[in-house]
Amino acid sequence: MSRIPAIGLRLVQLLPVLIGITIVTFLLVKLSPGDPVRLMLGDRATEETVAAVRAQLGFDLPLWKQYLSYAGNLLQGDLGQSIRYRLPVLDLILGVMPRTLFLATYVLVLSIPATVILSVVAARHAGKPVDQIIRILSVIGMTIPVFWLGIMLARFLGVELGLFPVSGYGDGFIDHLHHLFLPALSTSVWLVPMLVRNLRASILEQMEADYVVASRAKGLPARYIFGRHILPNSLLPTLNLLGVMIAFLIGGSVIVEIVYAVPGLGGLMIEAVLARDYTVIQGLTLFYALGTVIVTLSVDLISTWIDPRVQL
Amino acid sequence: MSHLGLSTAVPRARSRGSIEISIGGSLLSAWLFLAIFGPSILGVDPNQIDLVAILQPPHADHWLGTDQLGRDALARILMGARIDILMSVLGVLPPLIIGVVVGLVSGYFGGWIDSILMRLVDITVAFPFLVLVIAIVGMLGPGLDNFFVALALVGWVSYARLIRARGLVLREAEFIQAARGLGYPPLYILFRHVMPKALSPIAVYAMSDAVMVMLAGASLGFVGLGVQPPTPEWGVMIADGQPFVTMGWWICLFPGMAAASLGLGFLLLSDGLAGRLGVRK
Repeated sequence: MSRIPAIGLRLVQLLPVLIGITIVTFLLVKLSPGDPVRLMLGDRATEETVAAVRAQLGFDLPLWKQYLSYAGNLLQGDLGQSIRYRLPVLDLILGVMPRTLFLATYVLVLSIPATVILSVVAARHAGKPVDQIIRILSVIGMTIPVFWLGIMLARFLGVELGLFPVSGYGDGFIDHLHHLFLPALSTSVWLVPMLVRNLRASILEQMEADYVVASRAKGLPARYIFGRHILPNSLLPTLNLLGVMIAFLIGGSVIVEIVYAVPGLGGLMIEAVLARDYTVIQGLTLFYALGTVIVTLSVDLISTWIDPRVQL
Repeated sequence: MSHLGLSTAVPRARSRGSIEISIGGSLLSAWLFLAIFGPSILGVDPNQIDLVAILQPPHADHWLGTDQLGRDALARILMGARIDILMSVLGVLPPLIIGVVVGLVSGYFGGWIDSILMRLVDITVAFPFLVLVIAIVGMLGPGLDNFFVALALVGWVSYARLIRARGLVLREAEFIQAARGLGYPPLYILFRHVMPKALSPIAVYAMSDAVMVMLAGASLGFVGLGVQPPTPEWGVMIADGQPFVTMGWWICLFPGMAAASLGLGFLLLSDGLAGRLGVRK
């Protein structure tokens, strides 16, 4: 109960960041050398029409007025119209978002158990061959280009052995699991090593803490000390890293979705970039940033729940 | 000084990281050598189309096979090494310089300058790295130059945070207080005394950042937003080969292995330096 004011304060502190994010996405479109109105109307539109539409959309107003109207529209859930599809950007995004969320959740479901198991094994056998092997594999996993691994997995496990579909999203839950297994696996191969490195170091650090020595002196079984004391205490730094990693994961999913032709947010993003559909790029960037903010906030909240000493 | 974590007080630290440094260093030097001299030693034009010899597996004339246009894969990978190495080095430097300056100023002066700069950092990290890079490149137009612009706009944040945290610790260090007591101007102290002490975590981070930048650049090349074909960048080569991957295992395999081994070199060097300099990653 007593934590509610702290959470409220945290939300208030988020406000400037949220405003900053909208300023960035607003200015993003201003970076483009082309004229969005010209793109929207096509080459055959006359100068007068272009000027009229510019005025109608408010593009001739001073920058700060344009921003205010942009922010006002956002508050009403209006992200603008796609130049290419002539549809509301919000509808386009919401239409494909479940697929990307599914993929991201899938990656976490695969990665988290793998991370914990590998880290525990590595830390308990620190310096021994098992630890070295896990370490070498981690370093390799981090340097492999995700899209390349995707293509290789698709070729050998998908095409050669026919175990998994190599593109698309499928229908129904089980089919989604089947279709998205290779994309999720390729992403995990890159995500798990980062987390393992962190969690292993964190466990090793905790193992030398005074309370472990005390527990051992008390005669508690090693297994109990490990499971009950060391592991929970080691998870906190890794949880924070996971928050950062999810942001990376969301970015990385853009590329993985292209490799496996998963029609999600990433596919929409690249398509929009190649078609110069500025409003869609803008809307998606905003969405990705909001997603990251929500993840970071959740991680912070979970941290206080795991360890009440953590201040929001 | 050791209580500030400024030096490696642990005696066994001397040999730490030397295996990583030698393997990573050798990998990087090998790639550097191949990138500089490889193309002229081989003497094959990487863009020479030979429609009689398309999609050939590796053999004596083409050590790494040929692609769908009959171009020699080895020649393309060697030429690609120039681009990918250049990309990772040039992609890291501008963010590093901007980040170091911002972080030093922010951490050393504190106050409202710090508040403003750190809010800017908060806003930038709210965007997933690759998404913001792709969005900026998408707005400016595809190409390597715009990729560098995007990196400079986005990548400085990590360096700024790292060095700011370091600056906050160093500000209280005795030798800095002594310098202040002696009446040196703040900027002199900042760049002559604080910066050199803060550089080792930056060096370690820059090495692993180089991996990330190279992979980001290759990813952009892969989706058609980075280096433009026919320039043989590794990501572009993988994208070119993707439609033909079922016809031959070698087409996408080698450029990917090249990227992974270059990345491995940077990462091992980063790990080794971290061990040697006593930097926690």
